[in-house]
Amino acid sequence: MSLLRVEGLSKAYDGVRAVHDVTLDVQEGEVRALIGPNGAGKTTLVGMIAGRSFPDAGRIIFDGRDITRLPAHRRTRLGMAYTFQITSIFAGLAVTENVALAARPLLPRTEVRPAVRAALARAGLQEQADMRAGDLSYGHQRLLEIAMGLVQAPRLLILDEPTQGLSEGEIAEFKALVRDLAGQTTILLIEHNMDVVMALAGRVTVLSAGEVLMTGTPAEVRADPGVQAAYLGMP
Amino acid sequence: MDLGPYLLLAILEGAVMASVLALTAVGLSLVFGVMRVVNIAHGEFFMLGAVLAWYVTQMVGGPPSLGFGVALVVAPLIVGAIAVAADMTVLKRLDYDPERTIVATIGLLYIIQQLTLMGYGPEARPVEPPFNTRLALPWFEVRDGALALYWPWGLSTTSYKLAVIGAGIAVLLGVWAMMARSQMGLVMRAVQADRDMALAFGIPVERVYAMVFGLGAALAALAAVLIVPISQAHYLMGADPLLLAFTVVIIGGLGSLPGTVVAAILIGLSDGIISVFFSPTLAKILATLLVALVLVFRPQGLFGVRSA
Amino acid sequence: MSERARVLALHGGLLVLLLALHFVLPPYHHGNLARIMVLASYAAGYNIVFGYTGLLSLGHALFFAAGMYAMGLSVPHIGTGTALLAGVAAGGIGAILLGLLALRTRGVAFMIVTLMFAQAGYLTILYFGAWTRGDEGFVIARASRMLWGLDLSDAAHRYLAALALFALVLGACLWMVRAPFGRSLIAIRENEPRAAMLGYDTFRLKLAAMAASGAISGAAGAAYALLFGYAGASFASVEYSILPLLWVLLGGAGTVLGPFIGTLFMFYLIDLSSGVTSAYMLIAGIALVLLTLFAPRGLMGTVRARLWRWLP
Repeated sequence: MSLLRVEGLSKAYDGVRAVHDVTLDVQEGEVRALIGPNGAGKTTLVGMIAGRSFPDAGRIIFDGRDITRLPAHRRTRLGMAYTFQITSIFAGLAVTENVALAARPLLPRTEVRPAVRAALARAGLQEQADMRAGDLSYGHQRLLEIAMGLVQAPRLLILDEPTQGLSEGEIAEFKALVRDLAGQTTILLIEHNMDVVMALAGRVTVLSAGEVLMTGTPAEVRADPGVQAAYLGMP
Repeated sequence: MDLGPYLLLAILEGAVMASVLALTAVGLSLVFGVMRVVNIAHGEFFMLGAVLAWYVTQMVGGPPSLGFGVALVVAPLIVGAIAVAADMTVLKRLDYDPERTIVATIGLLYIIQQLTLMGYGPEARPVEPPFNTRLALPWFEVRDGALALYWPWGLSTTSYKLAVIGAGIAVLLGVWAMMARSQMGLVMRAVQADRDMALAFGIPVERVYAMVFGLGAALAALAAVLIVPISQAHYLMGADPLLLAFTVVIIGGLGSLPGTVVAAILIGLSDGIISVFFSPTLAKILATLLVALVLVFRPQGLFGVRSA
Repeated sequence: MSERARVLALHGGLLVLLLALHFVLPPYHHGNLARIMVLASYAAGYNIVFGYTGLLSLGHALFFAAGMYAMGLSVPHIGTGTALLAGVAAGGIGAILLGLLALRTRGVAFMIVTLMFAQAGYLTILYFGAWTRGDEGFVIARASRMLWGLDLSDAAHRYLAALALFALVLGACLWMVRAPFGRSLIAIRENEPRAAMLGYDTFRLKLAAMAASGAISGAAGAAYALLFGYAGASFASVEYSILPLLWVLLGGAGTVLGPFIGTLFMFYLIDLSSGVTSAYMLIAGIALVLLTLFAPRGLMGTVRARLWRWLP
């Protein structure tokens, strides 16, 4: 059954089409990757799904409910979590407090502490729990982002370029983390590292010039001449 | 007096007000437009201009026109220099952070105002106008089916007030020419459009900022020198021009010079007319509420175009 | 000691100290401290919006004056206790109404909108001079300054009442910053878009912060009128919006003790300088510039950064 459905979504900035007539169906439990060259409209599309901006036309349906005009904070409460492309944590606060802030809107008061501890353990950040988040290394800040997503136990976890700037070793840890989640949580992964996409995604949607170019398995996408052309910028 | 002559008088008073207000507000708008900071101490630069005009005319002596002429040049220069110093010692160190700059300029407001109180004192002092011929104005009436001119009692203005209107227009044209035609104006507009790009092209952005801040303050001081023969110099006189300049800049669209001038004329004229019919306090209440509501619902100003 | 015990010891210790000072201070400083505690309560209210939520309001005099006038004008008709509550309500409701409009803007626009509304409020008090007596203000009759059998025009009763108000406000702030509500305000201050994406309704939270802040400011204004027997338009002027900002900046924005420390220091600084010059606001101006330039964290903020990380 489809958890997230996007129908004919369009958005223009100052007359320039950023996203045009995009339709997308994400099934419950799948890991779906969203790829495309720079400027393909990935960020705009995900922004509309997460509620950071609103579309000019089209509908977004989450779990059978039309959320097109719902503000971001209400979507979170329906079970959607979003990790930022550019690390966006509460740099001045402790690591635990960052995760606790993510947990409080969704969990009863007594469950916050154990849930925070569990999320930190899962992201491998127990030892850093009392540090100031701004003092973490870049890789750990990205993991903190993911821990903040995990603690919300979302039905849909949107990861916006999660491996950007990570080292090889950190990427391997990240892959293990996502594999561990797969099956429990539906994941929408915006990613440009093709190795990560190939390793994790069940299906891949390719966006180009604001439109869906194709959707298929990683192997199908890799073999598609249209996709290659879009990436290499040749006809 | 009938309503007609009364209205003419109000419009003339309003035009004097609009002229001075436009200069003050253009100074504020220039600073906001180029530097993206709000200068709460702007009214105090206005006040300093008036107070310095009094000092200069006292020191120069001779015929009133001589002292006034010197004040017209010297007061804006001194105030401009003070503003440049404030920019380099305070604003620059805050890296022009908008919120911290507001707090710091509130501090500057009190420093300038209170130092003036200590040095100049709490008195209001007049400055003699350079010339002040009373000009009676005619009005018309319909007598026996034909138009006839007559000179109603009390309908008059002075040559000095007309000169203030003229001077305001001349200076505004000068500012416009500088912004549109000169090298300096080009540099300012470049910094306004994109600070980082200007830096990359080797424009000394910090020097431009200091200059703009000085110029904005000098315009306020010039406006004050022009008005001081009509309204006297007092250490608390900066509050009203600040409030009105804010009103003008916000209604005209933040940072837009043409919008600012249009709004100054509108508000200067309407303030003159409104205060003939309503209490000045009520007029001020309405003006402040208007500013607040415009900022909430039309942040681009009443005449501005919404940009992305 | 656990963190919780340390926090309670420090803040409780201050209250005990203030109570002890009641018995030993000479009359002049006794009177000053009563006034400082009321003004510090106002600053603590301001701190909720500025220090914890990160919203720089320049219009809090509106809420202080709303409390003062609601109390002062209604007390002859409805009695002291109810009039005090009317003052709290006036501050809170005023803040909600202003918040509904001003919170649609951010940053500099928010500052100017709050400044303008407060200025309109000040002018309105002058405009209705027939009732408010404008700049001159009015005295509140001694008969109206009796509360639960205490005569608040008496210096000792006044001090204890000021201490009670301050203790209440301090306790409320302490509770708030440790409760989820206060933590979510801090999250908004630190990173508002992120807080929204985590599921916080940031507009409603900011509005709630305004309401709490306005109600405390209103309570301080009402208490000021009640304890010192006077209400005047100068308390609605821009200066009374700037002063709490100055006190909080000096004491340390976003710390529970900061507002009191800042009010205490600035009060005595101005008090000392007023012997030398009538231009006492010069001190305030210099302090504002120096604080923004060199010590944006303020006294308690620096203590927290250098010494006591647990300081709430």
